[in-house]
Amino acid sequence: MGLDIRWPIGLMFTLIGALMIGYGVFKAASSTVLVAGQSININLIWGVALLAFGVLMLAGAVRGGKKPPSA
Amino acid sequence: MEPIHLHKIDYSILIAYVGFVIGIGWMLARYMKTSSDFLTSARSIPTWVTGLAFISANLGALELVGMAASGAKYGIATAHFYWVGAIPAMIFLAVFMMPFYYGSKARSTPEYLKMRFDERVRGLNAVAFAVMTIFASGISMDALSKLLNQLLGWNYNFALLICSGVVLLYVLKGGLTSAIYTEVLQFFMIVLGFAPVVYLGLKDVGGWGAMTHSLQAVAVNPPALGLKDAGITYAPDAWTSAWTPVLAGSEHNPMGVDWFAMIFGLGFVLSFGYWCTNFLVVQRAMAAKNMTAARNTPLVAAVPKMFFPFLVIVPGMIAVALTSMPEKNYRIPPPIVSEENYTKAIDAVKSASPADSVAAVKAVGDALGTKVAADKIASLVAANATSKLSDTQIKQGLYNSIAENYYSGVILSLIKKYCPPGLFGLALTALLASFMSGMAGNVTAFNTVFTYDLYQAYFVKGKSDRHYFITGKVITVVGIILSMGAAYFAKQYDNAMDIIQLVFGFVNAPIFATFLLGMFWKRTTGTGAFLGLFGGIASSALFHSLTIAHGNLPGVKGGYLHLAREFPSEMAQNFWLAAFSFVVCFTLTLLISLATSRTKSDAELKGLVYSLTPKIVDNNIPIYQKPAVVGVILLIVCVILNFIFW
Repeated sequence: MGLDIRWPIGLMFTLIGALMIGYGVFKAASSTVLVAGQSININLIWGVALLAFGVLMLAGAVRGGKKPPSA
Repeated sequence: MEPIHLHKIDYSILIAYVGFVIGIGWMLARYMKTSSDFLTSARSIPTWVTGLAFISANLGALELVGMAASGAKYGIATAHFYWVGAIPAMIFLAVFMMPFYYGSKARSTPEYLKMRFDERVRGLNAVAFAVMTIFASGISMDALSKLLNQLLGWNYNFALLICSGVVLLYVLKGGLTSAIYTEVLQFFMIVLGFAPVVYLGLKDVGGWGAMTHSLQAVAVNPPALGLKDAGITYAPDAWTSAWTPVLAGSEHNPMGVDWFAMIFGLGFVLSFGYWCTNFLVVQRAMAAKNMTAARNTPLVAAVPKMFFPFLVIVPGMIAVALTSMPEKNYRIPPPIVSEENYTKAIDAVKSASPADSVAAVKAVGDALGTKVAADKIASLVAANATSKLSDTQIKQGLYNSIAENYYSGVILSLIKKYCPPGLFGLALTALLASFMSGMAGNVTAFNTVFTYDLYQAYFVKGKSDRHYFITGKVITVVGIILSMGAAYFAKQYDNAMDIIQLVFGFVNAPIFATFLLGMFWKRTTGTGAFLGLFGGIASSALFHSLTIAHGNLPGVKGGYLHLAREFPSEMAQNFWLAAFSFVVCFTLTLLISLATSRTKSDAELKGLVYSLTPKIVDNNIPIYQKPAVVGVILLIVCVILNFIFW
């Protein structure tokens, strides 16, 4: 119906992914959880995953041919 | 529990989500030109979107919270709700029923009933549905506002107003399409927000094998973790095997059900009654762009649905496994106790004497208002007597000694345990998203049914489309206000949730019989359908008034007329009620139809009944899009999953 939903989905997850990566990089200490003896910077790792997902969605939207919706 | 402090990153994620959701509504506003655009999306949405919206509309927070709770209480057997219940129903809907819903060009499921039967049947279904959606929406918003109040310390009224306001904004602007698109967004939020929590939880317990191992020990002694009353024991696989404990009989599984109640009551009556007739989900399929898309919508939805147990049920199992490992310092959350009660209990501990532990336990239990583990209280009092503990330490000790479990708190407690700032914001937003979409989905179903099936059908007929378009918008606002009212109702009465679920059950149980006979037997008459449905609902109420579940008192839980039968658990009672009610509705509809004459000719019923509708020929679509083929494949995968967790 005139709006390819992949645009907002892609944009939102790219944004959130970037936010989490930023936090994971600059506040690495509070982004880390200790689980089963391993230290995992979950914000960084999952931020990358979200960013990748967001970019994938945007790629799909671009290939879908519609221009980004004008605000 | 003390309110959690949200960091800026958490707020940023939340605000981003809310901003996008409102933005989607705003951008869709320009496409809303007719009542059809606003209320039914004018059949324009691609299959993958309607498919994900289909499953997402059902994925309210109550489902997320409830499935984790059930996962803790019953283990992997909870997956029956998906693998025995939802999947077969969704496949049946796709292959056999969508042609009638979509082909009839009905704008709602009550409208299909009007076309197939008459206004009485439509009216009964529409009124029942309208009331149900408002209450469902209200329950969602009440639960959300309570959550924000407990977790973030927000004022309940403020939280309710803000969240209702956000939903109103995007639904009023973009109508059903807005709701559908945000449901897709919400679907991804839930999957991506919860997956890391499940991953971290599984890693923490030591992997799937270690979790299974712990659960086997738990199954043999559930009273130790407060899961069941004293003396109850099961075979080791009670939490980790879906079928064996059920097949063994109702005393051998924590759910307390036998295989017949499970398969017929849950698997057939309740699941088909919900997935095949509830307009909340069917509306999403009816918004698809063509017949093939409409038929494929439930199939697209079935794929993620099949694997959702791993996302929503496993957290509950993880919580139980963690509780059984003392070194993890975790327990299934206890019921919420107010700060003042904690303070009273702390004083009780301080003033108790270690010599008289019985009195101490009673005093502390009374102060807290919950059952407590006597041994833990005794050792807490003793520890405090030897070396003065701080108030915080005493409170922690009290927290750990409450012998009641608040299963609904499981998913949130896992989020708090594993999520640092950042991920916490994501998971919390996912939870919030599902609550809000619970309201949005119900309001968009409500405004369609109210506008077309009640307002246009009975009150104000024959006006221009513009009139109904505006009515749709007005009803949206009314729907939200009524939902807020329902939220306050649910807040007032602890029992409200139980009562509402009860009424849903009464109405949901017989409804599938009506649709089944209507779609597949041309001899079914309007009078038969109406009286059959009415009788079915009445029989639900009757059954409920004559039966009770073990451990419940007569009243809201049933058995208030006479105790004819006691069931081992509430689930068993529900499943048997459903089976009974379905049979009554089916039989009544059949007999009364035979005794009354048809009011519609074969020609009028074309496209509405199986035997009078040309079979859909799926020749010119690729084989992977043929609903029947896809349906069979999905069924096979579902059976395989059942075997893996046998």
